[in-house]
Amino acid sequence: MALSPKIYQELPSQTAGPYVHIGCTPQMAGLKTIYGGGHLGSKMVNEKTLGIRISISGKIFDGTGTPIKDGIIELWQADAQGLFNSLDETRGEPDQNFQGWGRQPTDILTGEFHFDTIKPGRIPYLSTNRLQAPFISIWVAARGINLGLHTRMYFPEEVEANAEDPVLNRLEHQNRVHTLIAEPLEDGVYQFDIVLQGENETVFFDI
Amino acid sequence: MTKRPPPSGGFFPRNFQIHPPAYAPDYKSSIVRSPKLALVSIGNGLSEITGPVFGHEDLGPTDNDLILNYSAKDKSPIGERIIVYGKLMDESRKGIEGALIEIWQANSAGRYRHIKDKYIGPLDPNFGGCGRTITGEDGHYEFRTIKPGPYPWPNGINDWRPSHIHFSLFGPGFSQRLITQMYFEGDPLIKICPIVNTIPDKEAIDLLIARLDMANTIPMDTLAYEFNLVLRGRRSTMFENRPEGN
Ligand SMILES: [Fe+2]
Repeated sequence: MALSPKIYQELPSQTAGPYVHIGCTPQMAGLKTIYGGGHLGSKMVNEKTLGIRISISGKIFDGTGTPIKDGIIELWQADAQGLFNSLDETRGEPDQNFQGWGRQPTDILTGEFHFDTIKPGRIPYLSTNRLQAPFISIWVAARGINLGLHTRMYFPEEVEANAEDPVLNRLEHQNRVHTLIAEPLEDGVYQFDIVLQGENETVFFDI
Repeated sequence: MTKRPPPSGGFFPRNFQIHPPAYAPDYKSSIVRSPKLALVSIGNGLSEITGPVFGHEDLGPTDNDLILNYSAKDKSPIGERIIVYGKLMDESRKGIEGALIEIWQANSAGRYRHIKDKYIGPLDPNFGGCGRTITGEDGHYEFRTIKPGPYPWPNGINDWRPSHIHFSLFGPGFSQRLITQMYFEGDPLIKICPIVNTIPDKEAIDLLIARLDMANTIPMDTLAYEFNLVLRGRRSTMFENRPEGN
């Protein structure tokens, strides 16, 4: 196998600006009919998808505590068996009724986002056999965010798995772990707020 | 889609010298939306090197043609007709096939079709302002649209955005996810734009400027601009650790 030299440079990022909804979730911008009236990533599960149904809602707060209303949020996650519906998944056959990716706008009036998905299975950590606690990868883009932000959502009922999780454990500031764990509202219903700045600032990752 | 051989390495680390810092006070919106604490580096695992798959069946036939995808029958949007095309590739110069590219932009008067945009430049009834496509075999993509106009925005007292098209890009790995903006060669507003100038490396700004390409211009019809898109590349080395037990 040949080495792949780095010949080019990744393009610099630029903010998604105030109108990212036009491009990514056009109905929220007021373009009701384009793309057949829907947006990619709006529906993550169908009736055949395997796994426990969950829903996640929340808001993204700026440094003044104001929810942002012009952002998008994307989820990327394993299926119920812990497999990714991706070209690079080599460990098994992922659930063909689960793409694993979702995208929603933060509501233009309230700032709230909402996803219906399934609880992901556990996946190994880096090149080890050690399992991570179940989690969902999250990516956020909006006006004022100069480079999209990566974070993760973990599950509050996974007390033991979270306590042993290699990523949560390597956080220097253990008093920030709670920013990555969703609030349980009722069975399978979670609230996950993201704080961009200030007290309880969410942990963001360089991946 | 066919499976690739197993990926052997993670992605090259991001070069933060070419990306805008989170806090860039001349771009005022970043002041309260920038994390103050350091990003926590966790490296590339399965959830970072994998990413969503999109198919041509997800898209409609005119999704990449902004001249047609919102206009009434036999009508066209007002403005300079342009083709924007290029290649999506990674830092190792490998074309990325099957990737989703989405764009959005103002109309030729600098006005967005968005319920929050109140700029005096008028809406164009035949222009929506968004498009999307899936890259072809070698990473090739193309859009047809009209050239967006510059517009003023509330930042400083007299700040104007250069003509630009917003690009949202996917690669095969979720850690390649990127949103950026494309500018047009020769635009005098590029140099004085506070958003452009969030990029610390002035030479890197050049990577976001599309070049007029007379060879691909359609005579008497449409100008062409070439804009190549580069996402993070991936290490590929025989010395990489393999997952144990696989
Ligand atoms: Fe814009």
